[in-house]
Amino acid sequence: MYDFDYHRPTTIADAVALLAQAEDGRPLAGGQSLIPTLKQRLAKRSDLVDLSAITELRGIRDDGGTLVIGAMTRHAEVAASDLVRSAIPALAATAESVGDAQVRNLGTLGGSIANNDPSADYPAALVGLGATIVTDRRSIAAEDFFTGLFETALAADELVVSVRFPRPDRAAYQKFPNPASRYAVVGVFVAKTGNAVRVAVTGAGAVVFRHSAMEAALTNSFTPAALEPIETPADDFNGDIHASQDYRAHLVKVMAKRAVAALQ
Amino acid sequence: MARTITLTVNGAKVTREVESRTLLVQFLREHLELTGTHIGCDTSQCGACVVHVDGRSVKSCTMLAVQADGAAVTTIEGLAAADGTLHPMQAAFREHHGLQCGFCTPGMVMSAIDLAQTHPTLTETAVREGLEGNICRCTGYHNIVKAVLAGAEAMAGRAEAAE
Ligand SMILES: Cc1cc2nc3c(=O)[nH]c(=O)nc-3n(C[C@H](O)[C@H](O)[C@H](O)COP(=O)(O)OP(=O)(O)OC[C@H]3O[C@@H](n4cnc5c(N)ncnc54)[C@H](O)[C@@H]3O)c2cc1C
Ligand code: FES
Ligand code: FES
Repeated sequence: MYDFDYHRPTTIADAVALLAQAEDGRPLAGGQSLIPTLKQRLAKRSDLVDLSAITELRGIRDDGGTLVIGAMTRHAEVAASDLVRSAIPALAATAESVGDAQVRNLGTLGGSIANNDPSADYPAALVGLGATIVTDRRSIAAEDFFTGLFETALAADELVVSVRFPRPDRAAYQKFPNPASRYAVVGVFVAKTGNAVRVAVTGAGAVVFRHSAMEAALTNSFTPAALEPIETPADDFNGDIHASQDYRAHLVKVMAKRAVAALQ
Repeated sequence: MARTITLTVNGAKVTREVESRTLLVQFLREHLELTGTHIGCDTSQCGACVVHVDGRSVKSCTMLAVQADGAAVTTIEGLAAADGTLHPMQAAFREHHGLQCGFCTPGMVMSAIDLAQTHPTLTETAVREGLEGNICRCTGYHNIVKAVLAGAEAMAGRAEAAE
């Protein structure tokens, strides 16, 4: 690992100031994606700004029916939270499905979405639920936040502060996990609120996306059978040693059907 | 950049100078010579390096020593009593032959204790899922699962006895 300067500020303002001053600084959250890349010298940073001492970034609360989760909330805390489990059980299940217990003990919501790995689980939940990302300076709709492969709408010195989740009537997440890492080879998050259905797909393409053909079919008939005739074009999908493009397209349908079946 | 950190390791306070980039596992193994914590991979996947930081199991190869400044760390060396009596989870691994070469064992035991502490009742499935982050190349896991179930029961028994 190349060396860097380490900082542990206690306020959001100080963290943003440190990032703005640094030559090439990054926030450090749970470190479960950042430290492996630094360790392997895939990246070099002048400064790491550890967010763990900023209490404003932690915690889970209900704000008039909207669930608000702080950026530094660990996956294990989301999975175990009574509030999340009763308000949006599918979100608790998504957090529980990430990696392994030790990754969940350190990895955070903010770190996962800022990293925006194409196979990460949270992006599907945020887009599927129509969540809003609150930063130190603005609010961003989930669909506008995840912009490309490992890319987000965040500025270099911008911090995710919290995520606001509206409550759906029903929601489910199904993923086909990579057997070694548990990352999603394909993951599909389905949410139904009134007559509106949202289907978000992770793992398949460069970035999470909404599946409008499936959404239309499910709005018409909320059954696994309604998804049967829908083919997903595989042209832009990821193809690698874990799964070919066509296999990923196939998995999109299988995972979507399982998610809808779980909600019958 | 060098920094001075103070933390509690296996109950004893230690203060040392480290580089920002020093990993917790390097700090434990190379600075404190606590070599019971192992390094089995460079992809954060094998779990040989698991220790407890403030009571929760983490991969010490994926945490900086500076991040543990002010924390309480427990390693495999910190489990047995001063007179050498093994922790119930260690005893269960010995009793049920939950190891062969032993390379994965320190991480397995540390993960298993966290699992037992956070799950009042453990099933075989919960143990297998709970040890997702620990890889063993020898045993085929069967006896590890038996050991963890027995160790968890022994831990619960001891907790009851203490009440
Ligand atoms: C073995 C293993 C298995 C895994 N399996 C899965 C899996 O199955 N599914 C899955 O989704 N993920 C998986 N992960 C990734 C894990 O969920 C990470 O926790 C997550 O990707 C990053 O979160 P972090 O808190 O560790 O962030 P870090 O690694 O600390 O940071 C990641 C990036 O986000 C930036 N960042 C962090 N916090 C903020 C913030 N508040 N504002 C702005 N930028 C920020 C950092 O600067 C960095 O660029 C796995 C990781 C490992 C090591
Ligand atoms: S050494 Fe393999 S997970 Fe830490
Ligand atoms: S006993 Fe040899 S790796 Fe597990």
